[in-house]
Amino acid sequence: MINKMLVDLRDWVDVRFPMTETWNYHLAKYYAPKNFNAWYYFGSLALLVFVLQIFTGIFLTMNYKPDAGVAFSSVEYIMRDVEWGWLIRYMHSTGASFFFITVYLHMFRGLMYGSYKKPRELLWVIGMFIYLALMAESFMGYLLPWGQMSYWGAQVILSLFTAIPWIGDALTLWVRGDYVIADATLNRFFAFHVILVPFILAALVFVHLVALHHVGSNNPDGIEIKKNKDPATHIPLDGIPFHPYYTVKDIVGIGVFLIIFCAVIFFLPEFGGWFLEADNFIPADSMKTPEHIVPLWYFTPFYAMLRAVPDKLGGVIVMFAAIIVLFILPWLDRSKVKSIRYKGTLSKVALVIFSISFICLGYLGTQAPTPVLTAFSQLFTVLYFLFFGLMPWYTSIEETKPEPTRVNFSH
Amino acid sequence: MKTLFRTVTLLSAFFVGGQAFASSGVHLEKAHNDLSNQGSLQNGMKLFVNYCLSCHSAEYMRFNRAGKDLGISDEQLKQNLMFTAEKVGEPMKVAMTKTDAKKWFGTAVPDLSVVARSRGVDWLYTYMTTFYRDDKRPWGVNNLTFKDVGMPHVMWEMEGGIKDAVYKTETGADGKPHQVVEKLVPNCGALPANDCAKKAEEYNRNVRDLVNYLEYMGEPAKLVRYSLGVKVILFLLFFTFVAFLLKKEYWRDVH
Repeated sequence: MINKMLVDLRDWVDVRFPMTETWNYHLAKYYAPKNFNAWYYFGSLALLVFVLQIFTGIFLTMNYKPDAGVAFSSVEYIMRDVEWGWLIRYMHSTGASFFFITVYLHMFRGLMYGSYKKPRELLWVIGMFIYLALMAESFMGYLLPWGQMSYWGAQVILSLFTAIPWIGDALTLWVRGDYVIADATLNRFFAFHVILVPFILAALVFVHLVALHHVGSNNPDGIEIKKNKDPATHIPLDGIPFHPYYTVKDIVGIGVFLIIFCAVIFFLPEFGGWFLEADNFIPADSMKTPEHIVPLWYFTPFYAMLRAVPDKLGGVIVMFAAIIVLFILPWLDRSKVKSIRYKGTLSKVALVIFSISFICLGYLGTQAPTPVLTAFSQLFTVLYFLFFGLMPWYTSIEETKPEPTRVNFSH
Repeated sequence: MKTLFRTVTLLSAFFVGGQAFASSGVHLEKAHNDLSNQGSLQNGMKLFVNYCLSCHSAEYMRFNRAGKDLGISDEQLKQNLMFTAEKVGEPMKVAMTKTDAKKWFGTAVPDLSVVARSRGVDWLYTYMTTFYRDDKRPWGVNNLTFKDVGMPHVMWEMEGGIKDAVYKTETGADGKPHQVVEKLVPNCGALPANDCAKKAEEYNRNVRDLVNYLEYMGEPAKLVRYSLGVKVILFLLFFTFVAFLLKKEYWRDVH
C-alpha cells in the first residue's frame, strides 16, 4: 500500500521533473572505472569540506560583526560566549586549510594520471577556476578575524596592485575603499566572502561535476573505459555504477578524513602556527607593523615566487604567471599516454622535481628572506616554470610504455 | 595507499616541527604548566586578579565563567576576587584609561585575554622569571626576554628581591665592545641563601600557576576540548570500521 503510494509519487514527480533520470545519470547509472585508488577520494572530500564551510560559515555569521571596532572581539565572543562557538570556529578555520589540502591533492592526482588530457581539458580548466575562486575566498576570509596577520597580510597583498603601471594606485584605492586597509575594506570583504564568492564556487563546482559526468572519470591507468563496452548492454566493461559502489567507498574515505580533521580541530587547531598564526591573536593595529608578515601556508609557494624576483612588478607577473600556466597545462602535455604509469622517465623526474619545488617554495615563503633563502626561492621558481615550459619537449620525445586495453584491478 | 599515508605523516611532522617563527634570540624555559590541575588554575587566577588586573584588562573573560570552570562559587568570587566589578557576569575590565597608561608606562597596556595565544606559555613563563635590576630604566628593572619593557616587576617581593645581572663584554656586529647580560643571579638582600633559593622556587611555582591561568583564559574551551576530542575520534574509528565492512560487502561482487 505505502509502497504503491511512493511509486505513484515518484512517477508523478518524474512526469514533471527528471528526478529518476537525474539520479540514474549522475549516480546509479554513472559508470566509473573500478580501479580508483586512494587518490580518488580527494574530489568528494573537497566537496565535503565545501559543504562544511558553508554550514559552519552560516553559524559564524550569526555572531560575527564585520566592523573594524568589534570584529576581533566578536570572534572572541564566538570562542567563549556562544554555545559550541569554539567548535564551529575551529571547524571553519581548520576547514579552510583542509580545503586547500584536499584540493592540492586532488590537483596532484590530476597531474599524475593525466586527468587534464583530452577529452577532459575543459574539466581541468573549470577546476582551475574553482582553485582561483577558492584563493579569493580564503584571502578575504582571513581578513575577517581582524588580527595583526589578517590586517598586514591583506595590506601586503592588496599593495601588489600598486605595481600595475599607470592605474595601479587608483585601482588599489578603489579595491580597498580607503588609503589603508580599514573598515570599508572589512565590510566589502565580508560581503564577498559570504555571498559573492561562495555563489561562484557553488556554480563552478556544479559545472565541474556536469563536465565530469559528461566525459566520464579518468583512472590511474589513464585509459578510456568507454572504449570497451559490453556489446549487449553498452555498459563499459571496466565500469561500475557510482552508486552504490563508490558511495559506500567514499564513506570510508570520509571516515578516515574526519578522524584526521577532528584530530586537528580538537588537539591542534593552530597546527603549530600553520592554520592559525600566533600574531593573529593580537588585534589589528595600523600603527604597528609585525616583524614578519606571512600569509597562510596555502599561499606561501606563490609568495616565495613573488619575493624571489627583485622587481615588484616582475614579482607580481611571475606570481600570476605561476597560476595562469596551470590553465594551459592540457595543451602543454604532448604525450601519447595519460597516466604517469606509462609515461617515460623524463616525465616522472619532472613531476618529482616539480613537487619538491612546490613544497620547498611553500616552506621558503614562510621564512624571513635572507640572501641564501632567496637564491633557493629563485632556483625553485625556475624549476617550477621549467616543468611547464619544457613539457611539450619531454613529453613528446620520451619513450612511453604501452597502455593496457583493460584497467589493472585486484582486490 | 600505504605510500600516500607515509607521505602525509612525514609532511605533517615536517610542517609541525618546522614552524619556528618567533625568534627573539632568548632561550625560552618550558612553562610545564598543567591545565588539568584545578588548584594551580585557582592560584593563577588569584595572582592574576591581585597583581595584573589593576593595569591589564582581560576584556573577553567573565568572572563567573572563570568561576564556573575553575570551581569557584559566585560568593567566593565576590568576596575575594572581584575588585573592579560588581556583577559576577562582568568581564575583567580595568579602570585605568589609555591616556593614563601612556603617561605612567610610556605605552598602552595590552589586554591579556588571549596573550597566551599570541606569546605562548613558554615565553610568558620565561618573561616573568627574567626581570633584573637596571637603574637606567624608569622602574629600576629590565627584562631579558622583553628588552626595555615598560612594565615594572610587580611580583618582586614574592621572589625575595629583584635579581642582579652579571654582565660580560662582547663584540657586537658593529665591531665595538658591548656590555651584555651573561646570567641572572638571585638577590634576596639579608636573607640566607637557602631561604632565597626556596623563595625563588616558590616564585617559579607561582609564575607557573599564573601562566597556567593565562593559558586557560586564552581559550576556556581547552578544558573540555581534549576530552571531547578523544570521544569524537573513538566514535569515528568505530564508524569508519563499520563503513569499511559495508564497503567490503558491496565490493565483493566487483571483479
